[in-house]
Amino acid sequence: MTAPLDVSGTELEAAPEAVLAGAQGKAIQGRSLGQIAWMRLKRDKVALTGAGVVIFLILVAVFAPLIVGWLGHPPNDFNQDLISSETLAPKDGTGIGWDHLFGVEPVNGRDLFSRIVYGARISLLIAFLATLLSVAIGTILGVMAGYLGGWVDSVISKAMDVFLAFPLLVFAIALAGIVPDSAFGLSGDALRVSLLVFIIGFFNWPYIGRIMRGQTLSLREREFIDAARSLGARGPYIIFREMLPNLMAPILIYATLLIPTNIVFEAALSFLGVGVRPPTATWGGMLSDAVRFYTIPHFMFFPGMAIFITVLAFNLLGDGLRDALDPRAR
Amino acid sequence: MVTYIIRRLIWGVVMLAIVSMTTFAIFFLVPRLAGATSDSLAARYVGRTANAEQVKIAAERLGFNDPLIVQYGRFAKGIVVGADYNYGPGVERCPAPCLGYSFLTRLPVWPDLLTRLPVTISLALGAAVIWLIAGVATGVVSALRRGSFFDRASMSIALAGVSLPIFFTGIVSLVLFSYGRPFAITAPGGSFTPFFTNPVQWAYSLLLPWITLAFLYAAGYARLTRSGMLETMNEDYIRTARAKGLTERVVVFKHGLRGALTPILTIFGLDLGLLMGGAVLTESTFSLPGIGKYAIDAITSQDLPKVMGVVLVTAFFVVLANLVVDLLYAVVDPRVRLT
Repeated sequence: MTAPLDVSGTELEAAPEAVLAGAQGKAIQGRSLGQIAWMRLKRDKVALTGAGVVIFLILVAVFAPLIVGWLGHPPNDFNQDLISSETLAPKDGTGIGWDHLFGVEPVNGRDLFSRIVYGARISLLIAFLATLLSVAIGTILGVMAGYLGGWVDSVISKAMDVFLAFPLLVFAIALAGIVPDSAFGLSGDALRVSLLVFIIGFFNWPYIGRIMRGQTLSLREREFIDAARSLGARGPYIIFREMLPNLMAPILIYATLLIPTNIVFEAALSFLGVGVRPPTATWGGMLSDAVRFYTIPHFMFFPGMAIFITVLAFNLLGDGLRDALDPRAR
Repeated sequence: MVTYIIRRLIWGVVMLAIVSMTTFAIFFLVPRLAGATSDSLAARYVGRTANAEQVKIAAERLGFNDPLIVQYGRFAKGIVVGADYNYGPGVERCPAPCLGYSFLTRLPVWPDLLTRLPVTISLALGAAVIWLIAGVATGVVSALRRGSFFDRASMSIALAGVSLPIFFTGIVSLVLFSYGRPFAITAPGGSFTPFFTNPVQWAYSLLLPWITLAFLYAAGYARLTRSGMLETMNEDYIRTARAKGLTERVVVFKHGLRGALTPILTIFGLDLGLLMGGAVLTESTFSLPGIGKYAIDAITSQDLPKVMGVVLVTAFFVVLANLVVDLLYAVVDPRVRLT
């Protein structure tokens, strides 16, 4: 069939692309929300610095045995030849040098650099796993509460209220304190790590849960959900295929912002002596040891700065992600 | 309004009951799940030299042989009507609210908590005043002068502030300003003077903990206030207020800040409530003899009635603070109606 107005077909087809693509003549690409967010994030130098530090710390934690093996000072080895027998302090004050990058501990002369590197393992492992647990519980219960409404919503919301009224830290300390050294078929570091992951993860879910509930409530009223429902979609399909993709941004943002909270939480428990047990190196444990040696400031400086830099990096990355994924919340 | 308060009070009591039951269940069940028996639990509280007979008597005396529900019933009854406890030599009356007796010292928990409460409340309230003023003021100024040097500088400091744990800044500030310094701005080593004994000494003993604790919270509140203010200042009602010809001061404080303050109030209620029930980390860093330090000591010695007492007191403060905050909502935000 020919059109009444006979214009040469090829010209018409080429016109819109040529106009919009400009001089380069590139084809127009549709950008997904993820691509737009990634472009925004790429421009955010501060967030990228945070991301760089986070990746560096993860690599340090993963390759801790290699790094320490290369430098040759295992974290629990004593170097008493470096310690003055009268003051119990390192002989030259700190012990810092090419051999011991961050110096040595007072009293038994353990290498601080190795202990910080190994401390990163415990800190990041517990923080990541605990965050995963909180996000899983929080998302499932929050979405259920928001989507189902009614009595399910009121039970879950009241449960969140109760959880938020718990003195979290007291509770965590008490719980970490009453479990014996071997229980539930585990012992040693494995038991302490899983216990801490469980305690920290289990008590932090209401924060994520509340956010997920609110997001689900507002998503539920949107047109595309109505559209899916009118096409005959059932609950599970709507939740997993329609809602969950829209919840990924807040999940990612709040998970990134929960990790630093959990790092501080783990450090606090170790600081109070109910974390992973010595001699395993933890940043909080090192800080609490350093309190007694406050005249030897490098001892408290390195673990303290390790916590600070790690938490700061995650906060920068989390803020950047929020700005990139949710520009309204700027 | 009155029915709202009554309903909230009833829910508060229910919440305390749930919190106490959960705490009880966890502290009495977890050790048993991990393999402890009544006798092995009681053995902790009778000294190392005790023989099997003495341990059995102690287990009976502490009520470890009763079912969990009976033990909890006894505990709950003590809080409501008081209880008679047979601890060794004779029966003693423990008036309501009876939070039980320490397993170790055999002293009642409630009077202990009362003597430590002033320390914690002084610490929490003093710090709260500082962080609320400093945090909100910084946030408001930053939001109004968005992108200025002040904004960027204060937000960088605030970001560092929320990333620094109190047990690190606490020690650093003690080293810098207290231990062995001639001009120590705080009394070291956990001395606390009650306000009514000597107000100056009271402030002196708390100055450093106040500032350290307040800095941490002020950082978070400054960030919150800033983003809240930026959001409310874009609302239509702000434009209306300006269009009416109100002065900028009235627009910012009576319209803008009021709207931005609601979410901050919610968080403030929770924070203050939790702190009143024991600023565990601050108190142990500065060795202040408050509820939080009491909790740590109780946990170290596995003295469960003391731990229960602290948990309940904290939960009580959180419930109370939430109620007060919800009532304040109606005052701060004219859009809120309590029903």
